[in-house]
Amino acid sequence: MEIVYVYTKKRNEFGRQAIFSDRPPELSIDIRPDSSMRNDYIRKDPVDIAVQYTSDMSEHEVNTERFETEIRGVNHTEGGWPKDINPAEVEQTIRFRKKVEKDEIYMQVIQDLGTKMEHYLKQNNSVDIYEEYFDKTEPLLNDKAPNARTINILRDPSDIKRTVSNISWYPDGANKIAVAYSALEFQKTSDVLSFDSYIWDIENPNKPEMTLKPASPMLCLEYNPKDSHTLAAGCYNGQIAIFDTRKSSQPTDTTPVEISHRDPVHKLIYPSSKTGNDIFSTSTDGQVMWWDIRKLVEPVETLVLEYPGYKPDVTLGGITLEYESTMPTKFMVGTEQGVILSGNRKGKTPQDKLAHAFVGHLGPIYSLQRNPFYPKQFLTVGDWTTKIWSEDAKESPIMWTQYNTTPLTDGCWSPTRPGVFFTTSMSGSLNVWDLCLRQTAPSLAIQVCDESLHSIRVHEQGRLVACGSHSGVVTLLELSGALSVLQPNEKHNINAIFERETKREKILEGRRREMKLKAKQAAASGGGGGG
Amino acid sequence: MSEVEETLKRIQSHKGVLGVIVVNQEGIPIRTTMDNATTVQYAGLLHSLTAKTRVTVRDLDPMNELYFLRIRTKKHEIMVAPDKDYLLIVVQNPSSNS
Repeated sequence: MEIVYVYTKKRNEFGRQAIFSDRPPELSIDIRPDSSMRNDYIRKDPVDIAVQYTSDMSEHEVNTERFETEIRGVNHTEGGWPKDINPAEVEQTIRFRKKVEKDEIYMQVIQDLGTKMEHYLKQNNSVDIYEEYFDKTEPLLNDKAPNARTINILRDPSDIKRTVSNISWYPDGANKIAVAYSALEFQKTSDVLSFDSYIWDIENPNKPEMTLKPASPMLCLEYNPKDSHTLAAGCYNGQIAIFDTRKSSQPTDTTPVEISHRDPVHKLIYPSSKTGNDIFSTSTDGQVMWWDIRKLVEPVETLVLEYPGYKPDVTLGGITLEYESTMPTKFMVGTEQGVILSGNRKGKTPQDKLAHAFVGHLGPIYSLQRNPFYPKQFLTVGDWTTKIWSEDAKESPIMWTQYNTTPLTDGCWSPTRPGVFFTTSMSGSLNVWDLCLRQTAPSLAIQVCDESLHSIRVHEQGRLVACGSHSGVVTLLELSGALSVLQPNEKHNINAIFERETKREKILEGRRREMKLKAKQAAASGGGGGG
Repeated sequence: MSEVEETLKRIQSHKGVLGVIVVNQEGIPIRTTMDNATTVQYAGLLHSLTAKTRVTVRDLDPMNELYFLRIRTKKHEIMVAPDKDYLLIVVQNPSSNS
């Protein structure tokens, strides 16, 4: 509502001087003393009054605009030649060199320098000053405590922040990561949302090194382990796109929409074949597809995720995949329904191809990974727990963690230590479990950020961890040596733990079967006696 | 054979020596025992590194002077003997003696 006051005055009265005049006093209001209120009067004793001796200060913070720096390199192939000499002309350069070599100062200098140099050459050949005398000593004690420190934070540069859906480390060295961004909330995707994903130099959080521009947001992005210039991406619309960082930001090849997945591609894997041309992908449309990246017009093979032994007539939606190169025909799929399907590519019938189902989680399996040292054991992350399974114990996990207070979102094994794994949770904390130390609680819990973490990836040397959050922040952490360096006897101890737990689980399995059988027999004989 | 040639030959004959390069103050390789691409790279990079080192040493103490530069790397050791006008660069593989 607008408050309007209309003021009217005649035109000829404008600008006249005001005429003030006397007038008798007027009584507006008369407040008499109220004696009853006097009784309520309380004298305050003692009285405290604060007096400020020094002058008041105030503090302000101003964020200056970020200064963008850039590193450029110049490749000097030939340089420093005098103006009149063309370095490409061999004759001219030879003549110049000859001239220098005839110079008297040159001869003098080289002989002086030569004697100096010889001294050090002989020194190097007689003693190795860098010799390691105590190479069998233990590493320093201060590196023993499990901890981690943040080394960099990479933020989503687009205006509307998207979730970090997947992270992939550059296969040659730990200096780059490819990060896929997409909005995963229901009906959150809109036209203004950017589709781009980025490749970052981990030293430079200001600007991504490269932008990848797919036709649909990416859910997963993986470097080709055999060729570090190409990446494969799984898109929200079900397509798979191949990128070549040498060529352009646009995909070099994509699968046709009509034969691609019909749901977002949740996971894509490069099985380490010799050529590095094969990929396989899964989606919540219930299919696993094998592709050849040289020929993306049609999948090499398609498998529908149906496992009648679990629930007939239900197609399971794939979320994660696992493949181990030492078992080339085997693969595993973690599904939305909390079931892990273990399969064999060489199977003749669909039943053979999906040989077994591990029923384990109450919700989608966000992570599924075999132990890098003992591939028979694998880890799954879903609902509120992490479970470790053995292929030998088919009915139940061999080890599992207690329910976390917040749901877990991702997890993985340490590539360098068989007994260490990482989990991320909705509360934004990263938990590091060390089975050698404790199996009941994580040996390290770090609050990485205040919002939900969504993805985690450890570099293959086991020291660097990248965690992606809900609003597009990738935090890079460096683990202390205690968490990344193989401990003495660790392999043996972990193997012993796995074997013991598998054995225990098998005994329990046998016992359960025995009891069932007994119950059945008792029921049968009881029924027979009655009849 | 001149005395310079003899000196260089003697250096080259020491155990583990992979290459000898003489660079003038413009960074131009005068003499080399390595192939052209490697030589140009070594000459260019070590010339600027030596110049920088020289400045650093002098800035720390104006009475001081760079005498010798040894760069120990995982694979080998690069030794630079600097002079006002020329640099003598020797690449040695010290592990070959053990």
